[in-house]
Amino acid sequence: MSLKILEQVNSFLAALVLLTAFAMLAQRRINALIHVFMWQGLFLSISTAIVGFIANKHHLYLSSVLTLSLKVIVLPYILHVLIVRLKIRKEVETIVNIPMTMLLGIGLVIFSYHLTRPIMELSTFITRSTLSVALATVMIGLLMMITRKKAITQVIGFLAMENGLFLAATSATYGMPFVVELGVALDVLIAAFIFGIFLFHINTTFDSLDVNQMARLKEDI
Amino acid sequence: MILSPINLAIFSIVLLFVPVLLCALIRQNPLVLRVMAFSLAAFASFLSFIAGLWTLSSGVTNQLILPIGLPALPFHLRLDPLAGFFLMVVGLLAFFVSIYSIGYVQGLGTKRPISRLIVFYNLFIVGMLCVILADDALSFLIAWEFMAGASYFLVLFEDEHVENRRAAFLYLVIAHIGAMAILLAFGVMAGVATGFGNFDGYTFDSMRQATFSPQWATVAFVLAFFGFAAKAGVIPLHVWLPEAHPVAPSNVSALMSGVMLKTAIYGIVRVTFDLLGSFPWWWGALVLVLGLISAVMGVLYALMQHDLKKLLAYHSVENIGIILIGIGLAMIFTSFKFTTMAALALIAGLYHTLNHAMFKGLLFMGAGAVVHATHERNMDEMGGLIHHMPWTAVFFLVGCISISALPPFNGFVSEWLTFQAFLLSPSLPAPLMKLIIPLGAALLALTGALAAACFVKVFGVTFLGHWRGHNRPHIYETCWPMRIGMMLAAMSCLLLGIVPTFLVNLLDGIAETMVGSKLNVAASGTYNWMWLTPMQPERASYSGFIVLIGIIITISIAYLLFHLKSGKIQRGDIWDCGFEKLNHNMQYNAISFSMPIRRIFGFYFNIRERVRLMPQLTSPAFPLKLYYNLRVRDRFWGWIYKPIIEAAFGISRQMGKLQQGQIHLYLIYSFVTIIVLLAVVL
Repeated sequence: MSLKILEQVNSFLAALVLLTAFAMLAQRRINALIHVFMWQGLFLSISTAIVGFIANKHHLYLSSVLTLSLKVIVLPYILHVLIVRLKIRKEVETIVNIPMTMLLGIGLVIFSYHLTRPIMELSTFITRSTLSVALATVMIGLLMMITRKKAITQVIGFLAMENGLFLAATSATYGMPFVVELGVALDVLIAAFIFGIFLFHINTTFDSLDVNQMARLKEDI
Repeated sequence: MILSPINLAIFSIVLLFVPVLLCALIRQNPLVLRVMAFSLAAFASFLSFIAGLWTLSSGVTNQLILPIGLPALPFHLRLDPLAGFFLMVVGLLAFFVSIYSIGYVQGLGTKRPISRLIVFYNLFIVGMLCVILADDALSFLIAWEFMAGASYFLVLFEDEHVENRRAAFLYLVIAHIGAMAILLAFGVMAGVATGFGNFDGYTFDSMRQATFSPQWATVAFVLAFFGFAAKAGVIPLHVWLPEAHPVAPSNVSALMSGVMLKTAIYGIVRVTFDLLGSFPWWWGALVLVLGLISAVMGVLYALMQHDLKKLLAYHSVENIGIILIGIGLAMIFTSFKFTTMAALALIAGLYHTLNHAMFKGLLFMGAGAVVHATHERNMDEMGGLIHHMPWTAVFFLVGCISISALPPFNGFVSEWLTFQAFLLSPSLPAPLMKLIIPLGAALLALTGALAAACFVKVFGVTFLGHWRGHNRPHIYETCWPMRIGMMLAAMSCLLLGIVPTFLVNLLDGIAETMVGSKLNVAASGTYNWMWLTPMQPERASYSGFIVLIGIIITISIAYLLFHLKSGKIQRGDIWDCGFEKLNHNMQYNAISFSMPIRRIFGFYFNIRERVRLMPQLTSPAFPLKLYYNLRVRDRFWGWIYKPIIEAAFGISRQMGKLQQGQIHLYLIYSFVTIIVLLAVVL
């Protein structure tokens, strides 16, 4: 395959990542949300492998495998177990309604395209077009954390943000050194475990996973 | 090691650490510990006094660089006549107070370990001596903080009372605000001297050689003056003094009021005359005006007090004001190039520095003896102590006469010199000064008169009359070490009053290096040591010795007339106007004595006076009891400090609203921050 086509494929995959990010914003069921998250991880891992092929960086293949195993298999499994254990069957509860969040998300995408335009003009990497998508994914992840009530959806938002960061790293600099990526992957895994434990504790303390309940922890002045 | 003043001073500082070690070694025997520790402290203080006197009389300057401190900035030490004079002040009073403490500390009871007092007492003196010896900004500030820290723990010595902790905290806060200003001032000066590339600018030598642009010099001066004024207790930064001095043990109050405030005076003189060198006249006017305000307001506040130690603390504000008047005048005269007048004013200020150390130290020691004997600080609960404590009464009276600026004691000499500086002042080119100088002289006169009234009240209410309190404890005269300490201070008050020329001649050396001119009070004449003549003999001169002789002759004649003829003096009952039910409450007390002045100057204070009559049931015309309640407050607290405190709390409360405890809100904060930063930066 020629590089031209590969670049197109990579941009397409990046677009799919952004699409899944919007899908997560729109999703009302937690199980489906985890599935969307799995898809995002899958697209990310394929994209990483393609970038590795284009740039001829072999460690990106390893990153790709790592992403596949962690974000497509392990983390969704952990989240699934959590949902079963905590008996979360309800829909995703939002603070701002979903159409509004979608609109905000679109605004963020435009904002990030605006931000990265000077970088794209200067950069010589063929993956440069994905940078704005990556930034948008990060911001949408953060938006998801802000607009969701339940702690578990915030965890997923956080992980989506991490996906965006990973995409930014591969697209802007052809990936970080492998040692750093290993460290990040380990961090994410440990974060997931800690979140799991944390959620159990929140649940037992407040009988709910609603983070608004945690306002009770604040000291009164 | 060659014997030189600076080596002697360093030896005395090292010696002061020995009592600190003794505390660790002999804890189980408090008697031995107390006697040894304070004797050593007295000896070491005496050595530093000798070192100071030696420097002052020989006029040489010693320098030394110690191999400690920062790698690029070791500790520079320097002992010039100015430092020597202040070393002398600190050493002399610390010597007296240490002797006094041998007896005084015994009376503090066995509730608290005295080792804490001994450790911080010695470190406190070490801090003060190091401040004076320091010759670079780093060692100066380290010593300064050392002094502040040690005195904080001394104020906190009786830490079981809430008001003591509050006073100590207030002291610490104001001390640190001041220290911060001093740090900034040194930073400005170092930056101007050599730039911020290296540490050389932080030595005082390079600051001396630097030439400052008027703007930066003003910034440095204002910062330094603010910082030192906070330590000296210049109004309106005086609020910590009347809180901290009364609650500290009295030997510590004596040192804090007598000499710690003087380190701030040292700092002002050092920074303005020595490091900055030249200055516009309005700096002097600023110092002079603040000095005048402190002097008048300080004495007025003192008059309103009936807590003995609080009253003395307000008198410290007054006397710092008088010292600053001298220094401010010296600065004004220097900037107009009247160097001889500047020398006179500077000598007056420095002389008063030593005098205030002596008589305020003496008064606090006396107050300590009284408080120790009566377990009471409120003067209205005392009275008639002269019968039980004749020694203390005499020494306290000497202190009262000295601080009231009456001859033949020392307070008169320095206030007289300050007056001469006012009265002999040539016509100054600035029109504002033509107004301030005569006004200043008038205010200084008012201060002296009010101080005298105040000490008539103190001595009269405390030592004369009958016991005013409810239940009277058994009152003992003080023990010998306390008596000796007070006696030595009283003797030096008298000596400084009758032979002032010796010290003035020594101070001439400082005046020559600082303002470039000498006073030459005793240039010619056979009996010149007796006469203090600042300018020309036909203008004004004073002889404490002849005044003393005159006083002695008058008293002898009076004694001969009244006492030798027996039967002329009879003791009888007090005439009670036929009332026949006189009791101890029917005397003049502190509140009633100060009432006329309260009426005249009442608008300065926040006064709340409440009178309540308890009428008899049968006939309301004959009340059973009368309750009188008086509360006098410092207006500055309400004017300056309360708004600042309230503003700080208000801002904190507003900031606290950010903390809602909602995770979403915190996330939104970071989200908005990121977006704004990205939008602004890119």
